Order: sequence, then structure tokens, then C-alpha cells
Amino acid sequence: MHDKLKLATGALATLLLAAPVWASAAAGAVAEGAMVKIKDPAREWDHLWHEVIVDISIIGVLFALVTAWFIWNSRRRPGNEVGASTKLTPAGAVGWVVLPVFVFLSIDLYTAANGWVLWNSYRDVPANRLEVKLEAGMYSWDYTYPNGVRTQNELIVPAGTPVLLRMTSRDTLHSHYIPDFRVKEDSMPGRITYLWFNPTKPGEHIVTCAEYCGVMHGYMAGRLIIKAPEEYAAWMKDEETRLASTVPESAKPAAMPAAATKKSAKSAAKKT
Amino acid sequence: MNLKEWIFTTDHKRVGVLYLIGSIAAFVIAGIMALLMRAELSTIGPTITSNPTQYNVWLYTHGAVMILGFQIPALTGFFANYCIPLMIGAKDVAFPRVNALSVWLFYVGVILACLTFFIPDPPDVMWTGYPPYSTITTGNTAMYSFTVLILGFASIIGGVNFLTTVAYMRAPGLKLSKLNIFVWCTLGAFILQLIFVPVLGTAVTLISMDKYLGTNFFDPTKGGDVLTYQNLFWFYSHPAVYVIFLPFIGVVFEIIAAHAKNMVFNYKMVVYGGIGGIVVMSGEVWIHHLYVSGMADWLRIGQMVTTLLISIPVGLMMIGLIGTLYKSSIAFTTPMMYALGVVFLFLIGGLTGIPLALPSLTIAVSDTYYVVGHFHYVMAVAGTFAIFGGVYHWFPKVTGRMYNEFWGKVGFWITFVGVNIVFWIMMDVGVQGMPRRYYDYAHFPQFEGAHQWMTLGAGILAVGFTIAILNWILGAMKGAPAGDNPWGSPSLEWSTVSPPPHGNWPTPPSVSEDWHPYGFKKA
Repeated sequence: MHDKLKLATGALATLLLAAPVWASAAAGAVAEGAMVKIKDPAREWDHLWHEVIVDISIIGVLFALVTAWFIWNSRRRPGNEVGASTKLTPAGAVGWVVLPVFVFLSIDLYTAANGWVLWNSYRDVPANRLEVKLEAGMYSWDYTYPNGVRTQNELIVPAGTPVLLRMTSRDTLHSHYIPDFRVKEDSMPGRITYLWFNPTKPGEHIVTCAEYCGVMHGYMAGRLIIKAPEEYAAWMKDEETRLASTVPESAKPAAMPAAATKKSAKSAAKKT
Repeated sequence: MNLKEWIFTTDHKRVGVLYLIGSIAAFVIAGIMALLMRAELSTIGPTITSNPTQYNVWLYTHGAVMILGFQIPALTGFFANYCIPLMIGAKDVAFPRVNALSVWLFYVGVILACLTFFIPDPPDVMWTGYPPYSTITTGNTAMYSFTVLILGFASIIGGVNFLTTVAYMRAPGLKLSKLNIFVWCTLGAFILQLIFVPVLGTAVTLISMDKYLGTNFFDPTKGGDVLTYQNLFWFYSHPAVYVIFLPFIGVVFEIIAAHAKNMVFNYKMVVYGGIGGIVVMSGEVWIHHLYVSGMADWLRIGQMVTTLLISIPVGLMMIGLIGTLYKSSIAFTTPMMYALGVVFLFLIGGLTGIPLALPSLTIAVSDTYYVVGHFHYVMAVAGTFAIFGGVYHWFPKVTGRMYNEFWGKVGFWITFVGVNIVFWIMMDVGVQGMPRRYYDYAHFPQFEGAHQWMTLGAGILAVGFTIAILNWILGAMKGAPAGDNPWGSPSLEWSTVSPPPHGNWPTPPSVSEDWHPYGFKKA
């Protein structure tokens, strides 16, 4: 009888643990119906992150409360000098493996499915994209646009067009990280990697290096500048005329705006 | 006390104590590195050094020494050496001289790591040593390779020794179903070491060959591949997490069972499901360290699933721990405080790892302070708390004396507050975008306040750890006599005198049918 009670408690705990997961699954389904037309992995990331954090918080608080309750109830006091738990029956022992396994399995598979959906958003690039080549080096980001225009440490893009970066490196590992767009991917010599993001409205964002690349790793930063489409077109036209009037080799080394860049150039000079 | 006797000892207990002294020394050195880094990061721009290379050397030393010089040797060196023969009723280990060789190699490795501070070109390749940087840096990559190789070799011969010891030297009547959980955990860890350390040895050897002998294993301009190194490195270094996790959770099981005087909950579930599951699965999840490295998409998705599934054996072990607390009789001694601390810290660390199992969520937080905060909770701090709790737990056995209970608890609480300040804030700024391994964060000025709080927290936890270490030193010198079995545990190591003599028991013990290491009876 006692063991059946234990099993029942286990089953109840299972349901309690699983409930928030399925509840948020339902919530996710509702939200999906109202999804915007152009994919925005950054916003989907925020959504899934929030959901997972809520789920693990619930699980964590439940576990912590149960543990705290056990600790308080089991404190050593007169009449409780030695532990009183008895050996589990074979059925109890198996039950206490099978039930937790199913709880964890359901959480795992549910999380995996959601993670996979978001992963596809991150890896399937929309067709109407602006494709920019990126060569990373110690310690700068060099961008090349489809028409040959080049910039350094400033990625200038029009709002409303998805941007695909095809990345490589000329020396060590680097990682093009745009915190505001929740995206990064390493670049390295000998391979081409890619990432994409969806700049929706004009603004300025930090681009920073997330993979240890050398002494000045912490100073390797640039800017992502999102311009309104017509401003972008005007800027690009200027750049094109400038490109046409110069010899190809002396491609425009963009003014180094950030103080950090100056510092890194200085110390690089010091090193050599 | 004769120094020569200690250096040339083959007694497993003395070898264990030598491991403990060496690893605590390594902990202090690597801890000072952490404090220097925190001091440097307390303001934007140069604070205590204007040389980024200096900071990178601290960072390298902190990571490499904490893992290879402190946690692995303390767990598989001190605890395994000291406790396993005592727990299985053996006179010593199977190969005492090999055991002595392993501790010598360990000291050579730690001394080599410390030479970092005295050579003109210290290594600055982080504990991961990724190429191409490690093959083009002016820092001394060979030093890194040799430190890893020597400590790895020390660990391999330890593994051979302990597997043999447990297989052949158990006391009469001590069946495998009556082994302490700690013994099972350590066996699992050593199996992992034996399988995977050679892979790490290969990786760091190839790095040095690329740098000094002109080979091109990792140079794509000459037919090599950068990513190969990362795969080899993590093929070992993820299982290495379990080489640390298994023994430390084993220590926590021992402490909780002894101070709560209770049967371990569902012993077979813990051994077969938990430990067995981890040993089987730990080699299939390394890609989660390479989620943003440019690996094939299908591999990232495949190992997302295996990574999530490893929550099952780990979860079973947590249920075993928490279940052991149910209907128990808990004495709030210092070791028990540390063990309960581990349960809560590991809960936070384990659950914050779930988002990191998903490549799609990791794509934003990889290589940020979130990851650093997570692995400090789950492995660094939880492991260190278990080690400190374990040292307190077996302190009466090792020294025959008692530590100071009051200062033990003071040290615990100060450390517990400190680590939560540092690493909780660390995860928070990481989600907001603070990348790791930055000497300076000039383009993230918004995090300066958080960095100052973390520096304060680091100072607090350093005070707590210092109190604990002083408590041990003073306790070993002039603590009150502790008696042979202060915790009233039936586990075999408490059945001999404290400290145990050479050979452990005057007459070798044998165990009866109804004996069990967790069979606590009313006095």
C-alpha cells in the first residue's frame, strides 16, 4: 500500500513538472498564428529564450522547494537520530527510474523540437537578400559589397533587406557577433561560414569579436549602421563613383571611427 | 616528520595527501589569477596593468591550472587515492610505485605550469589552445602542450591503477553491489580518462608540431584544417567535464549519506542509470562546444539531441541525492553545508545549461559571460564546494583531529554569498552581450557597474576560501582529537583508527552479509 502511495506521488509530481512545459507549448502555438511575414530570428530568439527561462525557473524552484522542505523536515532532533527511509521494493525502484526518465525525456524532446524550428530560421536565408563578403583579420572587419565597394569596421545596410554575410579570416579565429541581432558565427582561414540577420529599422549597433583571436581581442569592434533605403542608395552611389575614380588596389580604407580601432592599430604598430 | 619519507612514499594515503597539498597550492595560484583579472576588469581601460598580454596570461593560467592542476588532481588524485583503498578494505593500491610515479608527474606538471610566471614568453593561448592563434603567437605554446601531456599521463597511470585495485583488492564479502557511490563514480571517471586523454594528448602534440616542426595539420593554406583541432580538443574536454563531475558528485553522495545518516536513495538507479548513463553518453555531445564554430548543420542538430538527453542520467543522480535527504536525520555540520550548497549550485548550473544545449539559443550567448557563469556554477563552483566539503568530511580521518566547526560554517556562508554575486551577475551581463576573454570592454560601457559588483563578489568569496584553508592548517596542527568515527558512518574507511597506519588495518577487514556502507543503525 505504502509503495503504491509512493508511486502515485511520483506520477503526480510528473504531471506537475510536465504541466508548465505543455502549457507553454499551447501558448507557443497561439503566438505562431500571429507570426509576421518576414522571418526575424532575433525576435524568435527572444521568444524562445524567454520561454525556456520560464520553464527552467519553474523546474528549478520546484526542485529547490522540495529539497528545502526535505532538509527542514529531516533535521536531526530528539526522536530523529538516524535516517528512517527503507529499501525500495523492486517495483518502486523501477518506477522511480521510469517516471523521471519520461519527465526528462518529454522536456528534452519538446525543447529540442523548438530549438530545431528556431535553428531553421537562423540557417535558411531569404532569397531577397543583400550578400556581403566579410574577411576578418587581426583586428578588423573588412566588408566587400557585391559591386566591389569595400568598408572596414562599418557594415552599412538598408533597413528592410535581409543581410547575408559570407565570412572567412586571413589569420586567426574570429567571431562576428552582433548582440542586438542575437547572432554570431566563427570565421576562420580555409573555410567559408555564413550568418544572416534581418535589419528592420534604421539605427546603429555594436559588432564585436566573440572568439579569442589574439592580444587585442577585446578591442576588435565595429559598427553595424542601418540606413533608410533611400539614404543607403545615396551612400552606395557615392561609394560607387569614388570606387570608379580610383585604382582598384587602393580600395577605400574607411576612416577608423571608433577609438578602440585607433588603439588597436597603435598597439599593433608597437608590436611590430 | 621526515621529508624524504614523504617524497619517496608509496603509501596511498601519503600519495593522496601530497596530491591534496599540490592541488590546493594550484587552487591558490589560479585563484589569485582570477582576483587579478577581476581587479583589472573593475574599471574600463587599464586598471592594474596596461598590457593585454599580461591579462591573457592570467586568464590562461586560471583556466588551465584550475582544471588540470586543481580539480582533476584533487578529485582523482587526493580523494581517489585516499578513500578508495580504505572504502574497499584494501591494504594499499594495486601498484604502489606506479602511484608514486603519478604524484611525481603531477608535481612536475604543476611546477611547469608555474614557470609560466618566470619565462620571457609565457603561453597566452587560453586553456583551449585553439589554432591558428596558438601556432602563430609569440607565446610559448610548447609549455602548454607539455603541461597537458604530463598531467594527462599522471592521470592515465592513476586510472590503470585504480581500475585494477577495485577489480582485485576488495575485502572478502564486499560485492560490487556494496561499493560506495564514490567508488563507482571514480571508476566511471577513470574509464573516461583512459579512453579520452590520449585524444587530448594527440591534439596538443599536433599543435606543437605545427608550430615548431613545420607540419601543417591545422594550416588550411597547406592542406590542413582549423576545425580538426577543436574537434579533437573537445572530444576529450567534454568527457573531462564528467571526469570532474562524477567524483565530485560521488563525494557529495558520501557526505550527504553520512551526515543525514540515511540509505542512498535507489542505489541501483544512481549506479546504472546515473553513472553508467553518463559514461556511455559523455562521448557523444562534444559538438555543443562548437555550435558557432562552423560545423555541419546536421551535426549541430544531432548533438543538440544527445546533449539534451544527457539531462536524464544527470537528473537521476539529482533525484538520488534529493531522495537521500527524504526522511533522513540531517546534522548541519560544515561538510554537510558544503554538500547541500552543491545541490543548489548544481541545480542552477544544470538548468542554465539547458538553453546552451540548443544551437539556436547558443548562437546569441556562445562565448559570452553567460557561458562563463554557467560553467562556473555547474562545474567550477559546484566542484570546488564538493572538494572543500569532502576535505572537511575526511579531515578527522586524515589528520586524526577536528577542524573548527564555527569558522568552517563562517567560511562556507561567505563563499556561498560571494559565488552567487559573481556568477549570477555574470550570466546576466552575458545574456545582454558581454563577450568573454576581454581585457577591456571599452565598447560596452554599460556593464561597468556589473563588473564592479563581480569584482566585489570575487573578493568576498576569496575571503571565504581563505578562512576554510586556514581552518584546515590550524586544525591539522592543533585541533582536538577527533576519534576514529566522528560521523558514526558504517562505511569501511571509518572502521580503522584515525589517522590509519601504513597498511590501513592491523588485520584486514572482511564484511558480513548484512553490512552496507549506508546501513545506518540506531546507536
